Amino acid sequence: MTAVTRSDVLRRFRRDRLALVGLIVLLGFAAMALLAPWLVDDSALSAVASLDNPTWAKPSGEFLLGTDHLGRSVAAQFIAGSRVSLFVGLMATIFTIAIGSAVGIVAGFAGKWLDATLMRFTDWFLVIPFLPLAIVLAAVLGRGIWNVIFVISITSWPSTARLVRAQVLTVRERLYVDRARALGATQLHVIRRHVLPNVAPLILASATLAVPISILTETTLSFLGLGDPTQASWGKTLEEAFQAGAISRSAWWYYLPAGVGIVTVVLAFTLFGRALEEILDPRLRDR
Amino acid sequence: MRPRFVIGKVLGALSTLVFVVVVNFFLFRIVNDDPVESMFRGRNLSADQKDRLRQQFNLDGSKLQQFGAYSRELVSGNLGISLQSRRPVTTEIGEALWPTIALVGTATTLSMVVGVLVGIRAGWRRRSAFDVSSTTLSMFTYSVPDFWLAMLSLGLFSVQLRIFPTGGLEDAGTTASGLALLADRLHHMALPCLVLAIAYVGEYAIVMRSSMLDTVREDYLQLARAKGLRDVQVRRRHAVPNAVLPVVSLSALNFGFVLSGSIAVESIFSWPGLGQATLEAIRGPDFPMLQGLFLLFSAAVIAANLIVDLLYGYLDPRVGGR
Repeated sequence: MTAVTRSDVLRRFRRDRLALVGLIVLLGFAAMALLAPWLVDDSALSAVASLDNPTWAKPSGEFLLGTDHLGRSVAAQFIAGSRVSLFVGLMATIFTIAIGSAVGIVAGFAGKWLDATLMRFTDWFLVIPFLPLAIVLAAVLGRGIWNVIFVISITSWPSTARLVRAQVLTVRERLYVDRARALGATQLHVIRRHVLPNVAPLILASATLAVPISILTETTLSFLGLGDPTQASWGKTLEEAFQAGAISRSAWWYYLPAGVGIVTVVLAFTLFGRALEEILDPRLRDR
Repeated sequence: MRPRFVIGKVLGALSTLVFVVVVNFFLFRIVNDDPVESMFRGRNLSADQKDRLRQQFNLDGSKLQQFGAYSRELVSGNLGISLQSRRPVTTEIGEALWPTIALVGTATTLSMVVGVLVGIRAGWRRRSAFDVSSTTLSMFTYSVPDFWLAMLSLGLFSVQLRIFPTGGLEDAGTTASGLALLADRLHHMALPCLVLAIAYVGEYAIVMRSSMLDTVREDYLQLARAKGLRDVQVRRRHAVPNAVLPVVSLSALNFGFVLSGSIAVESIFSWPGLGQATLEAIRGPDFPMLQGLFLLFSAAVIAANLIVDLLYGYLDPRVGGR
């Protein structure tokens, strides 16, 4: 893994068409999420301000994706929703990776009883079905965007911890680490200078693959009514559409866009992440 | 299998179960020191009512005493009273259990069988048209949220095309019995079951495929070919039995996913199982019910993991020993 240079990564990446498409799609969605406050007026999301609009209107020139049961523009909800879905996905991933890496590095490096204890703990979390745990946690904590982020990260760090620990164990045995130790390097120095740089690519790849999982979890929690009630998100749109009876009314424009958005973003992240993983881990290359 | 291996796995599963019980107990006491306050957030209760509730939920005494009381109740099979229906949680769960077992059991089996078959074919002929299309499709189904797939198929097949009923366990007010009733129920179960199976088939296909790719390079396949076995025989007798091992360990994990997926999918098809019960408990919020459901879901997945671990040890002597 250390033999992969930066230009090598870029060259391989450019050859991978699907990953490139994934990246472009992601940049498009990121731009939409960042520009959302300028693209969508807050009033378009409020039921009170939409009182004069027709309800259940089909897509037309005025409302590109039609309106919902309260007369709100579905297109506006779609754009605003991308913001929450991407934000929660990214933040939850950052925390997931931070907890997982910390546990993995400490366990792999400390060894002995601390390693055994931490791994036992990790195994417990790995076995417990994570959606029911997330549901129970979210129900206890109450609804809010930071609670959703907390719930996702606290339930999804174990696989990262295992991955990082395995990598730390192999790096630890390398000659240059022995050499650094012999020269009097402290534990902290060894971790910072030798372990982290070697584990970082793996962490990066696992982070890219953790984002789509976080986004899917946020969507599911929102759909189950455990998301932030004050912010539009794709999962919340789907929940409202379902509760308002969009399916029996055949109001496909209400529940189609949010789902397409989720699938597109998740697929793009997965394609990009898999390519990254393949580049950084040559063993996967001829798959 | 070595006895040590079996005992180790059983103890591991038991420790996980104890951990779940501890989590289940303390989770509802993290946020608020007084669970009655957090359970009935936003409801007006008199001090007298609160006292009675505290007694009912074993909330007097120290945390350790409370935990002792909670564990004793648990062992004797008492999970408390549902706040919504005022009936014992065990009764509520017992009624919702069978629909979910039928649904999740069928969906898990279906996705496993189809996924493994697809993975075998795709991995055996790498980069063939079948491989490329099935892998792309697997990635796609992996990205689709199960509940959205459920909404789409409900809209398309039940509302538009009217091929399947829009929900429930059976036709409302049905007088059918015997085989007719079974057929009616299967008709109701078909769509949610297909949705769950499609949502989780991709994972099996991908894992089986990459396991086949690893196996294809093994020397014993060369040997089998050198013996003069036909391609089909090499695949069936030598490649598949070895390649299927990782799928065995995946199946426990995936069982957990299908079980979780059933929460939203059941609610959409108003399938009266544990999933719908979970959503109703969230709406409440009905904490005793949530606690009971979480315990049951976890115990089911822990048991599935234990079975799979033992099966793996039995199938692969390098892991379990003779």
